[in-house]
Amino acid sequence: MPLRPGQRLRERFQDWLARRAPRQRGVIELHRRRVYILPTRGGGYFGLMVFTMLLGSMNYSNSLGFALTFLLAGLGFVSMHHSHRNLVNLRLRPARPAPVFAGDDAVFPVILSNPSATARYTIYLDTGEGGGPVTDVPPGGETTVRLPVPAPRRGRLTCPRLRIYTEYPMGLFRAWSWAAPDRHCLVYPRPAGDLPVPAPRAGAAAGRAALQAGREDFVGLRRYARGDPPRQIHWKAYPRSGELMTKVFADPREHTLWLDAADLTHLPVETRLSQLARWVLVAERRGLAYGLRLPGVEIPPDTAGGQRERCLRALALYDHAG
Amino acid sequence: MTMRADLQRLRLVAVMAVVCAPHFARVPAWIGTFASAVLLWQALAAWRGWRAPGRYLRLGLALLAFAGVYASFGRVNGLEAGVALLVAMLTLKLTETRSHRDVMVLLGLCYFLLVTHFLFSQAIFMALYLALAAWLITACFLDANHPQGPLATRAALRNGAALLAQALPVAALLFVLFPRIPGPLWGLPDDAGVSGSSGLSESMSPGSISRLALSDEVAFRVRFDGDAPPPSQRYWRGPVFWYFNGGEWRTGRAAEALAAPGEIDWRGEPKQYELTLEPHGGHWLPALDLPRRGPGRPDAGGALRAPDEVRHRRLYRAVSHTDYRLQPDAPVAYREAALQLPARGNPRARELAERWRAQVPDPAAIVDTALRRFRDEPYRYTLQPPPLRGGDRIDDFLFESRAGFCEHYAGAFTFLMRAAGIPARVVTGYLGGERNDFGDYLIVRASDAHAWTEVWLAGRGWVRVDPTGAVSPARVERGLGAALGPDERPAHLMRGGMVLRYRLEAAWDMANAYWDRWFLAYGPELQQSVLSRIGLPDLRAMILALTGSLTALLALIGAILLWRARPRAPADPAVAAWRGFCRRLARAGIERRPDEGPAAFARRAAAAQPERAAEIRRIAALYIELRYRDAGAPGTRRRLLRAVREFRPRSA
Repeated sequence: MPLRPGQRLRERFQDWLARRAPRQRGVIELHRRRVYILPTRGGGYFGLMVFTMLLGSMNYSNSLGFALTFLLAGLGFVSMHHSHRNLVNLRLRPARPAPVFAGDDAVFPVILSNPSATARYTIYLDTGEGGGPVTDVPPGGETTVRLPVPAPRRGRLTCPRLRIYTEYPMGLFRAWSWAAPDRHCLVYPRPAGDLPVPAPRAGAAAGRAALQAGREDFVGLRRYARGDPPRQIHWKAYPRSGELMTKVFADPREHTLWLDAADLTHLPVETRLSQLARWVLVAERRGLAYGLRLPGVEIPPDTAGGQRERCLRALALYDHAG
Repeated sequence: MTMRADLQRLRLVAVMAVVCAPHFARVPAWIGTFASAVLLWQALAAWRGWRAPGRYLRLGLALLAFAGVYASFGRVNGLEAGVALLVAMLTLKLTETRSHRDVMVLLGLCYFLLVTHFLFSQAIFMALYLALAAWLITACFLDANHPQGPLATRAALRNGAALLAQALPVAALLFVLFPRIPGPLWGLPDDAGVSGSSGLSESMSPGSISRLALSDEVAFRVRFDGDAPPPSQRYWRGPVFWYFNGGEWRTGRAAEALAAPGEIDWRGEPKQYELTLEPHGGHWLPALDLPRRGPGRPDAGGALRAPDEVRHRRLYRAVSHTDYRLQPDAPVAYREAALQLPARGNPRARELAERWRAQVPDPAAIVDTALRRFRDEPYRYTLQPPPLRGGDRIDDFLFESRAGFCEHYAGAFTFLMRAAGIPARVVTGYLGGERNDFGDYLIVRASDAHAWTEVWLAGRGWVRVDPTGAVSPARVERGLGAALGPDERPAHLMRGGMVLRYRLEAAWDMANAYWDRWFLAYGPELQQSVLSRIGLPDLRAMILALTGSLTALLALIGAILLWRARPRAPADPAVAAWRGFCRRLARAGIERRPDEGPAAFARRAAAAQPERAAEIRRIAALYIELRYRDAGAPGTRRRLLRAVREFRPRSA
């Protein structure tokens, strides 16, 4: 498909940027040579106003008018240096972003540190389209800003090229720089689908009896069945509902739940992953011992912690090119 | 919208008030009230978090202000009407200012409004006030560019001052070197500059000069290359009037047709001087009587006239001779123009002159007779003469009231001379000049305005005769303050005994004189003379010098700013503590050699002070752990700092 000229231009610009500011690990220092500066629209109007004042002062041969005009011209020139200085030698340290679910915003924390003895005011950070956070950085100090970036798809979201800019002090000039931190945010599949969680399988003995044998973790309630031990009846709910309910406990050590992609072969891949993600969350909430099986991946049940992250990570990165 | 007080907006309103305030005295009272009310309303709105007014209310107010300005001035352009409209609209603009862009526009317009103040006043106080206003606007600009919340007031003011201070050398460079071209570019509005109220007018009638005597405004200042002439010779020539219509004296058509006098016999030493003339709205350029060389062109009466009205302060050099013979053989046309009288009126004066003419054959003797009459008879010199009645005002003055100011005496004397057949004309100008000891120059004020007579005597030419001197010799010798009675003396001339005040005034006038001479008068002419003196003869050199020095200056400012923004190694408290430890030991006589590491030094110090050995070794160990091992265990630094704080070596 042929590209529209604007789009082509934009892509060439992005290529150029990629060459100018390659992906960087660790601390990114805004060296003098990579800080650019141009007048803003307001700066243009300011220049026009100063020029008008110059013409007026000439017409009226007004010395104080000349003095003020030249003072404002000087202010413009000096403010250019100040805007530039406001950005130069700042340091960006992108921190590790917390994983998010697809469809949410990934939040990339960036630590701005100011190694100089002059305060930096009104530093904006965005991805080139505005709407980013703004902050001051005290002398010798640091500030953390959080840059939200939409994460529409599961996988590994690379931190977009960051634009860091300032118009302080006068708003007449904008100094900016680009940074491409080598940071990624893990994007889990969006939990979706309403298929019930498969029943835990515990070797030979499975089903309700096995569940009843559990003593440790409360899983939920079910309708009373003849033979349930009386101490597991949820007496408190009886006056309200008029129905007898039995508390169900599971013993994760003995009975494990396998969340298996093979159970969902009738669904498209992404839907399948979304369903699995939801099951992971449900299983986690119920405190079940669970494992995950994907084609080529098997995560055995583990209650030592971090199981949720392991599973979601596997789902995020399943068959992922990035 | 938040319900909290909006500090940034309050600051904006305050800055607007400061910027607009000096205009409130100049625009019609209702606009001042209107603008103040809008500002107050906006301040309250910012304080209480009120909602912005609706579009229709804003539009209605704007139309109201527009109509009001039109009703007050009959137009909306021109200087005063334009300023009134600008003030009203700017304050109204505040009511709809919400976005960052709006605030920036408003603050830019505040700078613009500052420049309009200078069209009304360029005094030192005004410049200081407006420098303050520029500072506040700049600080507000910083605040507006800090959207996270209001900047600390101190930081905004300090950074604003720093910006302006750095802009100042750039402005100075541009002020001196930016090529000035003679204005105006497109013509001035009718009401630009000053009204002619403070200067001599183009006609003279009773009251026209005594009106000026009440004003202490400076007319001009003069600096002589050598000694200033004595007070009795400080006659400054202004417009010369030849034509009398019975009521007032004017130059007249006959004299306007005459050329400048060619035949002048210059005597004595030339007096060279530099004169700074305040704008007066007229054409004439005062000069010491009689000017030989100067700006403008001399007219038939020998007074210097500028082709354009003097609307700006003007600086010029001139050469004069106080001793001269002007037209000893004046052509008939000049003499005839100086004998014109209205066909009738003032019969008693005419009769008196006819009598003199019959009794005294010599014109010079007639002049003396007339002067003697003023001296011997009870004529009074007064600022408040009784009003003259009827059509024959000269008769009324000469024979009834006998009280008047210089214009009465000069007018009546000239009339008498003409009636006696002696060519005579009225000369107006200034008499006097107060010496300023601080600056070594003379100040001539509006109150020094004077009128005298010149009579033409065959062989001697035009001779100055000052009838006022016959009535009140003190006026010529010692000035107006000495000539008037104490109850009549204008306030600014009462200086008896107040030495300190007098000296303060002199110092202040000198400051003003330098301000005028070097700052306000810095235009194309002064720029050229100053720059050619420092080796920049033409426009090309000027522009090259400006570009070069501006580039260098900006590069310097940029370099200084970058140097101040350089990264600094964070001061490690551990290093500071170790240095303190070494200092204390050095005071105790154990000095660390530059090549000595902490361990070696600690061993030596421990050996020198065995009773403190444990402490010394511990401090060194902690320091080494912090500095030379990987960061050290948590709390190591704290332990080091405490150990050093508590360490007291045995004094030497």
